[in-house]
Amino acid sequence: MTTPNPAHIEYLTRLGDNALILGQRMSEWCGHAPVLEEDMALANMSLDLIGQARMLLAHAGQLEGKGRDEDQLAFLRTEMHYRNLTLCELPNADFGRTMVRNFLFANFQVLLWERLLASSDSELAAIAAKSIKEARYHAQHAGDWVVRLGDGTAESHERTQAALDYLWPYTAEFFAANPSDEAAAAAGFGPAWSELEAAWESVVVPVLTEATLTVPARTPFKSFGKFGRHSEHLGHLLSEMQYMQRTYPGAQW
Amino acid sequence: MYTQALDIPQQNVDKAPRAVENPAYQAEFDAKIDAGGYIEAKDWMPEAYRKTLVRQISQHAHSEIVGMLPEGNWITRAPTLKRKAILLAKVQDEGGHGLYLYAAAETLGVSRDELLDALHTGKAKYSSIFNYPTLTWADIGVIGWLVDGAAIMNQIPLCKCSYGPYARAMVRICKEESFHQRQGYDLLLAMMKGTDEQREMVQDAVNRWWWPSIMMFGPHDKDSPNSAQSSRWGIKRISNDDLRQKFIDATVEQAKVLGVTMPDPELKWNAERGHHDYGAIDWDEFWNVVNGHGQGNVDRLAARVKAWEDGAWVREAALEHERKRAAREHRAA
Repeated sequence: MTTPNPAHIEYLTRLGDNALILGQRMSEWCGHAPVLEEDMALANMSLDLIGQARMLLAHAGQLEGKGRDEDQLAFLRTEMHYRNLTLCELPNADFGRTMVRNFLFANFQVLLWERLLASSDSELAAIAAKSIKEARYHAQHAGDWVVRLGDGTAESHERTQAALDYLWPYTAEFFAANPSDEAAAAAGFGPAWSELEAAWESVVVPVLTEATLTVPARTPFKSFGKFGRHSEHLGHLLSEMQYMQRTYPGAQW
Repeated sequence: MYTQALDIPQQNVDKAPRAVENPAYQAEFDAKIDAGGYIEAKDWMPEAYRKTLVRQISQHAHSEIVGMLPEGNWITRAPTLKRKAILLAKVQDEGGHGLYLYAAAETLGVSRDELLDALHTGKAKYSSIFNYPTLTWADIGVIGWLVDGAAIMNQIPLCKCSYGPYARAMVRICKEESFHQRQGYDLLLAMMKGTDEQREMVQDAVNRWWWPSIMMFGPHDKDSPNSAQSSRWGIKRISNDDLRQKFIDATVEQAKVLGVTMPDPELKWNAERGHHDYGAIDWDEFWNVVNGHGQGNVDRLAARVKAWEDGAWVREAALEHERKRAAREHRAA
């Protein structure tokens, strides 16, 4: 086996951790959504994301060659070794914030998967082919809600605008340039995420406008989850998610 | 996931009164029931038949959505990604069962909102099994094995019940429940092959869920308050005690394969009867839980009410948006 390219593993880990951590957050809704149809939709989208995480982390583990499987990667790393976008780990808060987050993230994911269909890593290209259908549905579902909530009642408008104001600064991280991203792009594994910014804005801004929401101006705020420096929230999410694997080391389930 | 079985022995069936509202329609209705046919949403039906169905179907639907809570309690802590996916899919299926059942109830002229209101205000019951807490991961397996197993025994006869929309919903639900039961059993098999701590967790969960599971079949036939009428109407087809016995006989064998014991010293094979004998059921506990004298009931209901109230602004926004959209379309036309 050839020596693994660290940028390749890092790239896969970012994709896998985004899906894992957002899937975990979305699963918290199960049984608590505003209507039964949304309980099912959110559980279903969480399932899609967990499925994506399994494929991506298993693939990353194989390339790494240290014998770590999807579960060891998902449950037995410490905070600084997770590479998800900070946006994915933020608490759900209300349904409005959950939908705005899904909208911002799923549209980013759609653009990524589109480019990854042509990845030089054929396994990643196959994962993209499956995942893009899911991401398109997530983007459609969340976009419909953003419009309903933004252009609904005065209360829903206010809540949705507040959610957008809160989440928007974290989207700068999607596109923050960095060497491992560029190395991955150079090797043809996938696009540098910074390349996607214009396309993403051209997709999300019209929907936000239709929802009668004001797109916030960019601020100097920076978040660094994809580089392994997270918010305070990730530690709590992990302590819950990792509980069984940490309590019963080595047990099979 | 299941309805509290309220049934009586078959020999009492003919003594049951028939509702009489319109003799000509009633005769047609009775003939259809007697021939084993289905009553459909647009058919005439006695008011008492309709009410009984609304009560039973909505109670069943509420049980499905309240039932999402005890299992949902472990989604975020599932030990592997595969088990997390299985559990999510299962809980999602339960939401789906709730949805078909509310839809079946709606064919009888009630709205989902009215039914939910009855749940939230405590007027409607749901299966008391969901008031018990899920304390360890093994509970997820035991719920699949015992609770879903008991639910299947209760529900298979409903696939042939006389009300068409309910019977059809039950066919689909039973298929999914059988799958859930196998997944639960598989989870337990994996744990029993593991460490002493894992086996101890499984046995502890069996100890806690066994009696509540066999109570799911409802009171003994001699004490069943309803309903000759339900049997007469073809809504109930097999008695509580017969179903319970069938479940116990099947489950004891599965427990042997698994390597766990049931918390009932009187549980043993009776060659003469060709069935297992079992110990006395603590009906005081059953009725306490059914009647909501438990903190589990308070917590489950509070969780449902909170979800509903927290979501009110979302539902209002969706309606308001639709109204605005329709008004814009109207102006454009």
